[in-house]
Amino acid sequence: MRALVWHGKEDIRCDTVSDPAIEDPRDAIVKVTSCAICGSDLHLFHNFIPAMLSGDIMGHEMMGEVVEVGSGVNGHLKKGDRIVVPFTIICGECEQCKRGNFSVCETTNRKKYLADKVFGHTTAGLFGYTHLTGGYPGGQAEYVRVPFADRTQIKVPNSLTDEQVLFLGDIFPTGWQAAVQCDIESTDTVAIWGCGPVGQMAIRSAILLGAKQVVAIDHIPERLGMAEAGGATTINFDEESVIERLNDLTAGKGPEKCIDAVGLESHVMFSKPDTVYDRAKQVMMMENDRPHVLREMIYVCRPAGVISIPGVYSGLIDKIPMGQAMNKGLTWRMGQTHVNRWTDDLLRRIEEGQIDPSFVITHTAALEDGPEMYKVFRDKQESCIKVVLKP
Amino acid sequence: MTYISNITRSQGDPNVLRSGPSSLAATDRLGRLLGWFSIGLGLVELLAPRRVTRTLGMEGNENLIRAYGAREISSGVLSLLVEKQVGLWSRVAGDGLDAATLITAFRADNRKRDNVGLALAMVLGITLLDLISAQTVTSRHSRQRGSPQQYQDRSGFPQGIEKARGAAKDFKASTRTYSGAT
Repeated sequence: MRALVWHGKEDIRCDTVSDPAIEDPRDAIVKVTSCAICGSDLHLFHNFIPAMLSGDIMGHEMMGEVVEVGSGVNGHLKKGDRIVVPFTIICGECEQCKRGNFSVCETTNRKKYLADKVFGHTTAGLFGYTHLTGGYPGGQAEYVRVPFADRTQIKVPNSLTDEQVLFLGDIFPTGWQAAVQCDIESTDTVAIWGCGPVGQMAIRSAILLGAKQVVAIDHIPERLGMAEAGGATTINFDEESVIERLNDLTAGKGPEKCIDAVGLESHVMFSKPDTVYDRAKQVMMMENDRPHVLREMIYVCRPAGVISIPGVYSGLIDKIPMGQAMNKGLTWRMGQTHVNRWTDDLLRRIEEGQIDPSFVITHTAALEDGPEMYKVFRDKQESCIKVVLKP
Repeated sequence: MTYISNITRSQGDPNVLRSGPSSLAATDRLGRLLGWFSIGLGLVELLAPRRVTRTLGMEGNENLIRAYGAREISSGVLSLLVEKQVGLWSRVAGDGLDAATLITAFRADNRKRDNVGLALAMVLGITLLDLISAQTVTSRHSRQRGSPQQYQDRSGFPQGIEKARGAAKDFKASTRTYSGAT
């Protein structure tokens, strides 16, 4: 089969690889009908997250048709079922899964020994996202093996298109969880840094959850345009001060809720010396991530507010003003998404027409065009915000 | 590399059989090569400046050569980064500096004038490669391609924003406990 394969920094190839096979009775094989390139795939593309190996198949946003099931799937899935595959692999049986903390499932990371050493305790296995999270082959491919398939799936009705449901596997519940973590009240201003796909979903989620005001921060005009279309007030950080504008919009008090949908690759600007400092330290391998957004959020957030972090961070960060955060009594909530915790509800909202996540798709291409689309997406060319690939 | 990592994969995981087209274009690869070349040359200049000055008849300029070595290494490192354009353009600027320095040594009274001439020719050749690489990489990776879309019609709310506002207000999932079945 064909698949998009990681060969090193900025080197993704559309390779011919052997077909996946059932390894465990709880496995299923899915013929991928649609998959997407995620913003967090770019962290791998740039080799900012360790433990990728040459030959790893990319992709953790995919859906398709079940073509083979193992004997242990026990009727939860059958051939021909149409499913979205959540990016977090879950067993559904461990203590964390029973609590709904699916992204920290204790069972599914088959390289638990690595995660235990690096994270202190293991987190869930993820598709196509380094050997720290199991080294599972991803779904930017014609077929994907889904481990623990009796649980790691979201069945979707045929009445909805791939484009409407594909994002249930990651960016929609990720934006939703980011907003839910904020415990939004009707008097709240929610500020969202980053208007990429997750930021766009967080904006829509905050609107649905009833925020008084949603403010979106970015510098790419087309992303800001899409944010505005979704009901957000926008701030272009190339043109105005984020801190001053946020204070202006909140009567000088700052937003109650702040969402970081940027993560480890904050934009580097000479007008913001801390971003240059972070990049320099990153080059010298003295810091993993560039946490400019975190610093800005801590500074501007209203005391007793909430900081919600769906953006991916990989390791060590520097110069975090803990004094500000502690004295202001900020609550931090973060984590990989507990996808299946939210998807029943979100699927219902899509079916009822409350939201149609397909609005975010700007590019659709064939799988073999994937390597070029990584570049287009990374360089934000052709007004690209979200790429869907059709194997 | 892929062959070695394939050995570590479990039986059911796909292995690469045949490699296809890459996201790295030939110009990106050229940029990388120039980056590594820059680091190599920089190390020579930094660690053996006397040998360089002797070869070029520029004795007494060892500190200048060391400084150029440091410059080469930083340009090389920058050329290997994601923001490679910065490194490649800094190489072009550095080439100009190298050529200017060599021209001052291209004097009739310099016994190593021939070596300087050869070095100058090499710098000019490399400058050409640097220019091609910097220009193509910059245009390949710049954002300004086509007219930007505004996406003003993409609310994502089929029933309109006003109806969407607060539509999920009743959502009361606790972030601490979970009652749903798995």
